[in-house]
Amino acid sequence: MTAGDHVVRGRVVWATEGRLLVEDDHGTHGLSWGEAREAMIGAFAELVVASGEEPPRVVRGSVGAPPSAAFPRHGGDWRAFHDGERVAIRRLRERARALRVIRSYFDAEDFLEVETPIAVPSPGLDVHLDALEVRGLGAPRWLVTSPEYQMKRLLAAGLTRVVQLTKCFRRDERGARHEPEFTMLEWYRGFAGADALMGDTEQLTARVARELRGTTHVRIEALGARSDGTDLDPPWPRMTVDEALWRHAGIGLAELLPDEERFYRVWSHEVEPALGFAKPVFIVDWPASMASLARLHPDRPAFADRFEAYVAGVELSNGFGELIDAAEQRARLERDQAERRARGLPVYPIDERFLGALEEGLPPCAGNALGVDRLVALLVGAPRVADVITFGSERL
Amino acid sequence: MYSMSDIRKNLKIVLDGAPYTIIEFQFVKPGKGQAFTRTRVRNLLTGNVTDRTFKSNESLEKADVEERQYSFSYKEGENFVFMETRTFEQLHLSATLLGEAVNYLQDGMLVDVLFWNDKPIGVTPPTFVELTVIETEPGFKGDTSTNTLKAAKTDTGATVMVPLFINEGDLVRVDTRTGEYMERVRNK
Repeated sequence: MTAGDHVVRGRVVWATEGRLLVEDDHGTHGLSWGEAREAMIGAFAELVVASGEEPPRVVRGSVGAPPSAAFPRHGGDWRAFHDGERVAIRRLRERARALRVIRSYFDAEDFLEVETPIAVPSPGLDVHLDALEVRGLGAPRWLVTSPEYQMKRLLAAGLTRVVQLTKCFRRDERGARHEPEFTMLEWYRGFAGADALMGDTEQLTARVARELRGTTHVRIEALGARSDGTDLDPPWPRMTVDEALWRHAGIGLAELLPDEERFYRVWSHEVEPALGFAKPVFIVDWPASMASLARLHPDRPAFADRFEAYVAGVELSNGFGELIDAAEQRARLERDQAERRARGLPVYPIDERFLGALEEGLPPCAGNALGVDRLVALLVGAPRVADVITFGSERL
Repeated sequence: MYSMSDIRKNLKIVLDGAPYTIIEFQFVKPGKGQAFTRTRVRNLLTGNVTDRTFKSNESLEKADVEERQYSFSYKEGENFVFMETRTFEQLHLSATLLGEAVNYLQDGMLVDVLFWNDKPIGVTPPTFVELTVIETEPGFKGDTSTNTLKAAKTDTGATVMVPLFINEGDLVRVDTRTGEYMERVRNK
């Protein structure tokens, strides 16, 4: 090896007589080499490359056998398999950059990053979320559908800014925008309200967009949604649930509310697909019956202090001005248990340590849960969230 | 019975007493709300396509449908006679049941016959068939453009839009799903 030569170690992704493309951790390299031929595609190569020539010339090197027989799952078509993996690797890099931006945002905002357990004594009692049971941990455990209870216990213990990136699991949720195992970004601010959390959401999304797309004015073609231009710059407008229903379905909340199923049908079929195209939008003033773990709105008690962010018809996050009244929380959880029992759904226990934390005292606080896979998928143009997950459920 | 997690493309189900096939499906769920599976389904009797939405706790009846291979034998009066390729059992089908397939039938052509509860309900011809043009306006020599089309009648009775350079006697390949001309196979 003479001065100026360097070594490239990677996978041959394309080759023909005299030319080849090798992919390594730094990217894809186009090289010239007298010994290159098509049969090398798919093999690992270790090549000494002379610098200063265009295209760079391989001085000498060795190439292993292409692994075509090693991938019978893909019908032996190694190239088809590899094309898929190559996209996945590019998206992995983009995903890692998004995670870096998210972490640096919360670090600069003085948040503490935490990791709470994934197997918990109660996965939450929400009527529309089912959990996966885990055996072998001594006591009954389920995988988190959201790390909410444990993060609120940290607030009760005195932390005021906590953030977590964690895997969450929701049973039977599988589709372009759903995977049963997905990554949640969840954060809480003590002594703050929903406004502050909406501010975080806008800032964060805009920063991730700048990192991945170089701009906050983006075309989106992802997750079955299409937008010719969405302006992600803060601030994002806010719209009430009632206003969104009137505007996109021609019907008001008052008429739909008595029939919850009809509400969700209209919401998911007509309203959601129309939200947040020119600019993302926060949907606020959810009816009190859909409060979940949100407090009632201090000024408008018929509504929950809850907000959802939508980008190009895709729900990105769901946040609350949190309920901190232990008695009210217990009453709601018991009501949820009764509702689950009535519907024949598994009835999970009430997490008494979570309620204990509320009894000890939680500062007024707000929290938000954002689907990281959806955020990345929207910004990199992935058709399915599974495409930005290292091995989506169908590739596992 | 199928549950919502069984739903996939081409699944055959019974809706309102008729057999359907699932063309597309989509799982939708507002984060804290009820889940639905939106589907686009085709009625196997009428060919009509409609949208149907199911709740996550609904179940769907399995349609007892089966496809078997037959070869076309001959036309007998108003009926078309087919023969099962394994058992040589004969089957008489009407033009109405054959639908579009009636325009592509050739002696010995292999078709798939769809049965529902053991009754024939539809016939799928091969995706690509080669037909002889028997009637069309004379072609313009040298005009190889494929943008301008003219009508051509084929030996099987189908009318196909073909490029101007196609002449009577030419053999053309046609996509039976769309009825569209694909290419000229050879000249007269």
